[in-house]
Amino acid sequence: MTTDRKIRVLIAKPGLDGHDRGAKIVARALRDAGMEVIYTGLRQTPAMIAEAALQEDVDVVGLSILSGAHMTLVPQVLQALRERGLDDVPVIVGGIIPPQDVPKLRALGVAKVYGPGAPTRQIAADIQALVRGTAPAEASAP
Amino acid sequence: MNAWAQRVRQGDRRALARVLTWVENDTPEGRRALHDLFTATGRAHIVGITGPPGAGKSTLVAALARHLRQQRPQSRVGILAVDPSSPYTGGALLGDRVRLPADLVQDAGVFFRSMASRGAQGGLAPATQRAVQVLDAAGYDPIFVETVGAGQAEVDIMRLAHTVIVVQAPGLGDDIQAIKAGILEIAHILVVNKADRADAERTRRALEDMLRLGPGPDPTWTPPVLLTVATTGQGVPAVAEALAAHRQHLHRTGAWQRQDEARLAQALDAALRDALWQRWRATLPDEAYQAVLRALQRREISPAEAVARLLPPAPPPA
Ligand SMILES: Nc1nc2c(ncn2[C@@H]2O[C@H](COP(=O)(O)OP(=O)(O)OP(=O)(O)O)[C@@H](O)[C@H]2O)c(=O)[nH]1
Ligand SMILES: [Mg+2]
Repeated sequence: MTTDRKIRVLIAKPGLDGHDRGAKIVARALRDAGMEVIYTGLRQTPAMIAEAALQEDVDVVGLSILSGAHMTLVPQVLQALRERGLDDVPVIVGGIIPPQDVPKLRALGVAKVYGPGAPTRQIAADIQALVRGTAPAEASAP
Repeated sequence: MNAWAQRVRQGDRRALARVLTWVENDTPEGRRALHDLFTATGRAHIVGITGPPGAGKSTLVAALARHLRQQRPQSRVGILAVDPSSPYTGGALLGDRVRLPADLVQDAGVFFRSMASRGAQGGLAPATQRAVQVLDAAGYDPIFVETVGAGQAEVDIMRLAHTVIVVQAPGLGDDIQAIKAGILEIAHILVVNKADRADAERTRRALEDMLRLGPGPDPTWTPPVLLTVATTGQGVPAVAEALAAHRQHLHRTGAWQRQDEARLAQALDAALRDALWQRWRATLPDEAYQAVLRALQRREISPAEAVARLLPPAPPPA
């Protein structure tokens, strides 16, 4: 693996709510932390998100969900990723998530959950740790 | 051929995505894959899309991809979209994918990849050409390459693409001098997008007037000026026809072949320079190199003298 390998992150907004201010703030903060952020815009279906993650070969998928539908959307996204063999791509979720749902999301396999006030620097640091923790892509056999 | 290259050739999109990452990072695996895939390259029509920010480049590429997929369900369309990296942090916000509608994201005949410019200045990324080769070997044809869109003369895309589409929008880039300086020299097809807005016709006439004054990049080809509404698809079939016509023109005149040969000659020279340099450098003790470099840096010797000290004298001409 080359030393200047860039971390690639997909920032996606599943579901129907029309606010992407938070997602854009996170996307910019991750760019400012030196990452390459693929931003997909509003109203992405789980299949679209998984397909984008596949084509863009991202290291991490970040979901922004404000609609309250996270307990339906997140499992669908995880399922769509699995269908494409992307089980090993860490998924993080940000948005308005009631505390009692956090352990449920973690149990589903979500790597990190962030509330509305989460410091973007923390998110960037977590992503760096997640990517360093996963096996280097180059090492895996076809 | 190694397993990854084979998977790419067989249409495995996951393998394609991974090989693109390696090629982008210039890893040994990436170089290996390019080596294995090379003989399968040279088929795809490479189409550059450039023009000022917000003119509608991404929306137009998506509309063209949809049209081509409907016309030829067997075809596979590749899209590379380049956005700038921040010179300060090295990070990048890659937003062209926003314009790709749901049906195309999930279309197994479309592959879309965002690329950061990673310090390159000419509107492309350092690895764009290599990424095009990988998509080409994977059977994608045409391959659209959307440049950063600085609105300036982007010579790199002219070198890479067979056909360059320059997208303008009414009111944007109407500055005659800017158009003259940068655009006509590289455009094989001129598109005035956002034709649903006022003044589109005026922009088109301005471009046509300028074309009468100075020829485009190829004196045997008159660039058409076409109006589109990329958001609705209006005018997009005519752009697809112009693309096909230009491709035919390149084949008919032999330019396709000539350009390909010239590109490969350049590639060979570059690879030779690289290999010679590495081979020579491996024979030279580092202290010897550093000593000469320091003498140059102290301005005790000139660069020419430094070369004379480092390189063995050339054999006399035969
Ligand atoms: N009214 C109108 N809007 C359009 C048309 N084509 C694109 N747009 C809109 O123009 C905006 C910019 O479109 P993009 O396709 O992102 O433009 P671009 O040239 O790729 O932009 P950059 O990649 O940021 O340089 C979007 O909001 C599009 O929806 C059109 O034909 N008519
Ligand atoms: Mg764009």
